[in-house]
Amino acid sequence: MIWKIDRTRLITPALIVSFVLLWHFYVTWFGVSKFIIPPPLEVWDALVDLLTTPSTLRHTWATLYETIVGFVFASVVGVALGTVLGKTPWLERAINPFIVATQVVPKVALVPLFILWFGFGPESKVVVAAVLAFFPILTNTVLGVKSVDSGHRDVMTVLNANRWQNFLSLELPSSLPAVLAGMEVGIVLSIIGAVVGEYLGGATGLGYLLVASMNNYKVGMLFAVILLLTVIGFVLYLFIGGLRRLVIPWHESAAINSRAAMV
Amino acid sequence: MNNSSAPDIRFAGVEKRFTADERTVFAVDRTDLSIRAGEFLVLLGPSGCGKTTMLRMVAGLIRPSAGTIYIGPHDLWLGGQRNSAVTKELGVVFQDANLFPWYSVERNVALPLKLRGIDKEKRLARARELCALVGIGGFEGAWPRQLSGGMRQRAAIARALSYDPHILLMDEPFGALDAITRDQLNLELQRIWLKQGCTVVFVTHSIAEAVFLGDRVLLLSPRPGRIDTEIEVPFPRPRATSIGNLAEFQSIVQRLRERLEAIT
Repeated sequence: MIWKIDRTRLITPALIVSFVLLWHFYVTWFGVSKFIIPPPLEVWDALVDLLTTPSTLRHTWATLYETIVGFVFASVVGVALGTVLGKTPWLERAINPFIVATQVVPKVALVPLFILWFGFGPESKVVVAAVLAFFPILTNTVLGVKSVDSGHRDVMTVLNANRWQNFLSLELPSSLPAVLAGMEVGIVLSIIGAVVGEYLGGATGLGYLLVASMNNYKVGMLFAVILLLTVIGFVLYLFIGGLRRLVIPWHESAAINSRAAMV
Repeated sequence: MNNSSAPDIRFAGVEKRFTADERTVFAVDRTDLSIRAGEFLVLLGPSGCGKTTMLRMVAGLIRPSAGTIYIGPHDLWLGGQRNSAVTKELGVVFQDANLFPWYSVERNVALPLKLRGIDKEKRLARARELCALVGIGGFEGAWPRQLSGGMRQRAAIARALSYDPHILLMDEPFGALDAITRDQLNLELQRIWLKQGCTVVFVTHSIAEAVFLGDRVLLLSPRPGRIDTEIEVPFPRPRATSIGNLAEFQSIVQRLRERLEAIT
């Protein structure tokens, strides 16, 4: 049994190794241009170069800052507004067309506008990150607040629970799984928002570094920055997963998540 | 303990109509009914006969369209509000256990005491005591999702008993369980009731369960729900499962079955 688990644990590293090998042999045997796909070793060199360059820390910090501040904004406003809308059906009905409208606008198309309004500094990127993360958090919160089990409500009614007790013992814990699911989607969108914002304006952040690498034909560096962004995304995503296990250990999703995180 | 004959719950001209989409459903016809303190009363009937509606009216979850429900001498509804001085004496067990998945079993059982402001140590001690009483000792720390259906229903009973309500309302509490678990829980419910001495109103659609548990069985006929037959069940307590073999038991069951077939 233990032997079996150990063997399955090896599958993921094995897949990574074979992917890198495949990549290497594909590039060398078929003579793919370095400017299209650089070989893995060159990417590795670029990554080492990237990580040893002092300015990298500044760029990483900028992107991380924009992502997190945007995400926190989105969470606070999304959860607050979602709770109000979830508890006030007539207001939700009235506002819903606007929510749908703003949700179907490709929000990335608004980035130039945000830069116009908020400038080339971090503010405009924070706004993009927040706007992108906002909607999944809002809609999930509304869903969570609305889907409190009617049987559970009956229990609280029978026990003469007051509003505050209803909120603390029933509504809040009951909607947390949906809220956290929204946050899990939201954090990933926040990173996208920050990076896309950096594409279009300013001279800091990993998004800027991506565009700069492309313009200088430093394709190895381009790959290295993508790798760094992936690692950052992973860390933030796992952080929300950890939050889930901490806040809703009773929920099935926490158990599933811990299994996924073990890999 | 069952010596008091003063009515504990009284329906005075109670009716219930539901209106949805401009259609009115007449759920419970004008009903007068007295339930004695300490009595084990069973409401029996086919689905749609209004038995759950009657129980939910006693629980104060829905309001009668006409008439008044008295708990002891008090009106259950005061000025459009549930009369909390009265409803705090009610314990309710639903068809689903309705445990809160975010609380461990003992914290679920202790929830009513928490809402009443009893301090943590005291209420958890009481919860553990009750878990032992209903036979789920050792599972106090488990999540509800880790329990079987029968165990969850036991926890729900423990929760309803936690504040020593003087009336226990049960809406087909064992309806979703297998026959063996159900028999076992019927026996234990009888034991708990004899120990606690509360008034029980129990809704079921199983004739055998009704006759086994009840001091009195009311058979309801559907559309609109009204009391069709009333039978006093004379067997002494505590009753063993084997009373099901007695000729008298079977003749009561037979009588109820014939009536049930006639009205559906």
